[in-house]
Amino acid sequence: MRKSSNNLVSVWLVPVGRGSPSPPFPDSGHLLHPPREAESIPTAASTDLNPRVIVQFGKKMFSIVRQKVFNGGSAATALGQTLQRIRPAVAAARGYSSAAKEMTVREALNSALDEEMSADPKVFLMGEEVGEYQGAYKISKGLLEKYGPERVLDTPITEAGFTGIGVGAAYYGLRPVVEFMTFNFSMQAIDHIINSAAKSNYMSAGQISVPIVFRGPNGAAAGVGAQHSQCYAAWYASCPGLKVLAPYSSEDARGLLKAAIRDPDPVVFLENELLYGESFPISAEAVDSSFCLPIGKAKIEREGKDVTITAFSKMVGLALKAAEILAKEGISAEIINLRSIRPLDRATINASVRKTNRLVTLEEGFPQHGVGAEICTSVIEESFGYLDAPVERIAGADVPMPYAANLERSAVPQVEDIVRAAKRACYRAVPMAATA
Amino acid sequence: MVLGRAFEDMCAQMYYRGKMFGFVHLYNGQEAVSTGFIKLLKKEDSAVSTYRDHVHALSKGVPAREVMSELFGKTTGCCRGQGGSMHMFSKEHNLLGGFAFIGEGIPVATGAAFSSKYRREVLGEADCDHVTLAFFGDGTCNNGQFYECLNLAALWKLPIIFVVENNLWAIGMSHMRATSDPQIWKKGPAFGMPGVHVDGMDVLKVREVAKEAIERARRGEGPTLVECETYRFRGHSLADPDELRDPAEKAHYAARDPITALKKYMIENNLAKEAELKTIEKKIDEVVEDAVEFADESPQPPRSQLLDNVFADPKGFGIGPDGRYRCEDPKFTEGTAHV
Repeated sequence: MRKSSNNLVSVWLVPVGRGSPSPPFPDSGHLLHPPREAESIPTAASTDLNPRVIVQFGKKMFSIVRQKVFNGGSAATALGQTLQRIRPAVAAARGYSSAAKEMTVREALNSALDEEMSADPKVFLMGEEVGEYQGAYKISKGLLEKYGPERVLDTPITEAGFTGIGVGAAYYGLRPVVEFMTFNFSMQAIDHIINSAAKSNYMSAGQISVPIVFRGPNGAAAGVGAQHSQCYAAWYASCPGLKVLAPYSSEDARGLLKAAIRDPDPVVFLENELLYGESFPISAEAVDSSFCLPIGKAKIEREGKDVTITAFSKMVGLALKAAEILAKEGISAEIINLRSIRPLDRATINASVRKTNRLVTLEEGFPQHGVGAEICTSVIEESFGYLDAPVERIAGADVPMPYAANLERSAVPQVEDIVRAAKRACYRAVPMAATA
Repeated sequence: MVLGRAFEDMCAQMYYRGKMFGFVHLYNGQEAVSTGFIKLLKKEDSAVSTYRDHVHALSKGVPAREVMSELFGKTTGCCRGQGGSMHMFSKEHNLLGGFAFIGEGIPVATGAAFSSKYRREVLGEADCDHVTLAFFGDGTCNNGQFYECLNLAALWKLPIIFVVENNLWAIGMSHMRATSDPQIWKKGPAFGMPGVHVDGMDVLKVREVAKEAIERARRGEGPTLVECETYRFRGHSLADPDELRDPAEKAHYAARDPITALKKYMIENNLAKEAELKTIEKKIDEVVEDAVEFADESPQPPRSQLLDNVFADPKGFGIGPDGRYRCEDPKFTEGTAHV
């Protein structure tokens, strides 16, 4: 399996843990979108951000695949299919000036890294398997050949060591991008993220700033078990001195990663493994190498007037699907893609709640002390008088992630949960009694 | 060394008078290591230390006034009172802290050494031969980060010297009880770098070893592990009753006080006369007194300093209810910590 490194990363083909990869699922319970045949070029305008995922079945016919991939998308993790995966030619997918281009999140991150590394020689990438393996999830594909081993550094398995080294280098003005194979492994290095990076500007009274980016996949993947599935948004976002970003679409990924690399402060960049292969339409402006998104501004993915649903990362996709279902039932949901967990765009959230008067927060992580808890409190503090219903928060189950596929499905919010919660927020007349 | 000793003694006095607070870790007895190594550095070379960093800061060139103010928590301190005893930073003198967790400073020092190599090789600053010193104790040598960095430094041939201040005690845990092989210098060759043991109470011997190690690093030959056998005359911190250490052991090392030893050496070899040494000591006393006075008279940080320096880019505080970045509001830092 490892030999065919020309794989689009499907979850089980890449060793996320130190042991053997987990087996594919018998059913496609975790597909975000049902598989469809590859079809024509999407003509939707870039404001419609419902991603279209097209599953490729086929042989390794590179030229045809290249064309097909460019024309409309890339494979998602089609679990349970024993297929050959074909890696999209990243270079070929860029640089065309057709109006509605599509780009996978993987390509977006790769191109952002590429452009920032070529713009500033102080930027370098460090992490496990980022070089010769082309990236554990192929995010850094091609960078080793282009920039050489001094700027794309394969490290041994020493999270604490190489994170600290990155921080020390950042003290001296270099701009490291430290990749964690997953953010679960960042727990071995969290001392450096918090104590050496986040707090240094404060402890040194502004003398030493730390322009470092910590990036990697965060949150649950598919069937990787309890130790590989935790969402760290709440942990990092509670720490002053850090900026925490969570992109959803390719445009988010590009713009926010560029902003993170250019930022003079430590940034924790939470990606999502299941989103890497997803393809999103991308505007011509976003493809430009100077494109950058502001840190601290959320995006309203879908306007609505009945209920506000806040989400970040993969959950935005679920929220959008839920919004479609709710629309058919006459509830117009406003979906906010947070983009930035710290600083939280409280202004946008509150303005939206003041318009809709109802709030549902959505996240994948553990419920207690989560991102949703903070948003709910913020809204209660600032917009209490505008609320027509108690605030709702949907989070992952308060358990370590189980392995069994059906249990895992019930441990992570699904579209039905969002729909149910939104309906509760809309029809509830009296506050419910608190349940355990 | 004399400055270090006098300074630390003054710290103890000030602590018991209530002017200094929190955790204060004094360096009495170990001055030879700091002086021996740091005085060989250029200003651009960096030093990284632990919480026992007052004397490292002084040796590196941070003025005694600034260190004392920092300890008093005043705004004229080297970190404007925001760091404290355990977190001394100075960009000007390339002192990178000041870390409270043991072992935390070692990867950071390795990173600083990495940046020196990167600047030379990738950014093309051919004359960048800056060397980094990482100071830490015997307890740290049982911590994973230490080994991770020994490996990486040797692997990438980084210009760093790992200086172990082995004072045989980690608070109340004797090095012999905590370590399977107490000879720390032996751990260097296991990773492919030379490991040296030196008598840390003799500043001249330390200096000799330091010179060689620093030259080696500057030439690009990679890291060195230097174990300095030394001793701290006071407890781990000013809150430590120091009951576990054997008085005989303390007396043994007190007899090997580095300052007395150097004085004796200088007088015996006619490098200085007693009277000159006395003048030096008097001058140092004046410097320390002046530092205390300066710190006493300095103002405490204003309330508005609370939110300063959390971010280099203060837009990190987010967007306020009026839709503009919070930091653009002129009243911003005058508020409370509730942002």
